[in-house]
Amino acid sequence: MSLQVQQLTKIYGGQKAVDNISFSIQKGEIVGFLGPNGAGKSTTMKIATTYLPPTSGSVWVEGINVEERPIEVKKVIGYLPEHNPLYLDMFVHEYLQFVGSVYGLKGSNLKTRVQELVEMCGLTREQNKRIEALSKGYRQRVGLAQALIHSPQVLILDEPTSGLDPNQILEIRKLIKDISREKTVIFSTHIMQEVEALCDRVIIINKGKIVADDLLENLLRENASLEEVFRSFTNTVAA
Amino acid sequence: MIQVFVREFSGYLSSLIAYMVIGVFLTAIGLLTWVFPETSVLDYGYADMDTLFSMAPYVFIFLIPAIAMKTFAEEKKMGTLELLLTKPLTETQVVLGKFFAAWALVLLALLPTIVYYFSVAALGNPVGNIDTAAVVGSYIGLILLAAVFSAIGLLASSLTYNQIVAFILAAFFSFLFYLGFDSLSAFAGTQALLVKQIGVLYHYESLSRGLIDSRDVVYAISVTIFFLLCTTVVLKSRLW
Repeated sequence: MSLQVQQLTKIYGGQKAVDNISFSIQKGEIVGFLGPNGAGKSTTMKIATTYLPPTSGSVWVEGINVEERPIEVKKVIGYLPEHNPLYLDMFVHEYLQFVGSVYGLKGSNLKTRVQELVEMCGLTREQNKRIEALSKGYRQRVGLAQALIHSPQVLILDEPTSGLDPNQILEIRKLIKDISREKTVIFSTHIMQEVEALCDRVIIINKGKIVADDLLENLLRENASLEEVFRSFTNTVAA
Repeated sequence: MIQVFVREFSGYLSSLIAYMVIGVFLTAIGLLTWVFPETSVLDYGYADMDTLFSMAPYVFIFLIPAIAMKTFAEEKKMGTLELLLTKPLTETQVVLGKFFAAWALVLLALLPTIVYYFSVAALGNPVGNIDTAAVVGSYIGLILLAAVFSAIGLLASSLTYNQIVAFILAAFFSFLFYLGFDSLSAFAGTQALLVKQIGVLYHYESLSRGLIDSRDVVYAISVTIFFLLCTTVVLKSRLW
């Protein structure tokens, strides 16, 4: 079990952001995490990456409890937070070396790994630029590269394609597809075509509760498109 | 910790901050020590370095908060703190890495003033007549003072998203710790000495007499650790 969430609840100042959700993700699955803004997607991801503690319930990543052994959890996950925060004053190369060194990579190992990622993420021409000089699409690649530098078993991506143009979205999508072959990937998005193109399984969350958790093909069998699925599960206002 | 230190320190060096800090510090101290008639060693008549050691803390009160103000405030604002804290680093490692980087930058700015020692020694009569022990004690005092101020700066920065607020908080608390307790001790009656000893100035002056008393060193290190612990607690407060 790569990621196991059990009866997870998170309360922010009296408001339930995540309300008693449970799901588990097997090794090698690509799971799309859908839901309207404010449904609790990011909160769930932040708890799974140890950034926030659960109010109640537990999360295990690769069998490791996130509250009990956070450092070990952090070593096995690659995380791209929402809005892709980056140290804008650093050079692409320098930044990836920094992140690699934090994961304990050293010397020539670190150098070859950074070079591999620069090539894999299509950053060869940009690697000697400062991150602030990069376009949004390239910054997103840098964000992905830093999440991948230690070859994590579990990738958690919070809206990896938000704010990109259609070409960039295709490129990032292809990148995620390529790297997801031997990894467990969970990502959130608002773009339904992306889910159709990438995922095996879809979890839809609304107002902190899971409203659908099924294989993509099962969801599509009953409805014409994933957009309809999404709307029927999350739209509380009568259409 | 070392990775954070390297990143922070090279961050200072690759932006203008390091050069601004070193330039402003050396210019201000140089003017005070050698040019301004009220404080200049040349007009003073005694070949000692008191001007440097009495004025440097006031320059530090403005300069160190400026160095430290971005450490956490900017990371919080940019969201990179989330990135950093979801890497396999403990809060303590992050705080220490940033602390040593800020401290190291101050020490780098202080380093060239060692030249003053030789200049002042050459001005003595007879040449070389300078109280070396007092100079060494004062330098140790300044180095420890820089540590205390850096720790205060880090704590202030961790409390806010706004760098200006961090700067003002840090400058105020540095001032309070340096001079405030000393001045407030006037109201403390029989407890005056105790209140004086809470402040940095008492210990700084004691060190600058050239007697390195372990109590003064322990005081400075404890205060530094106290503020760094508070900073760690602030970072961990998201987990409550």
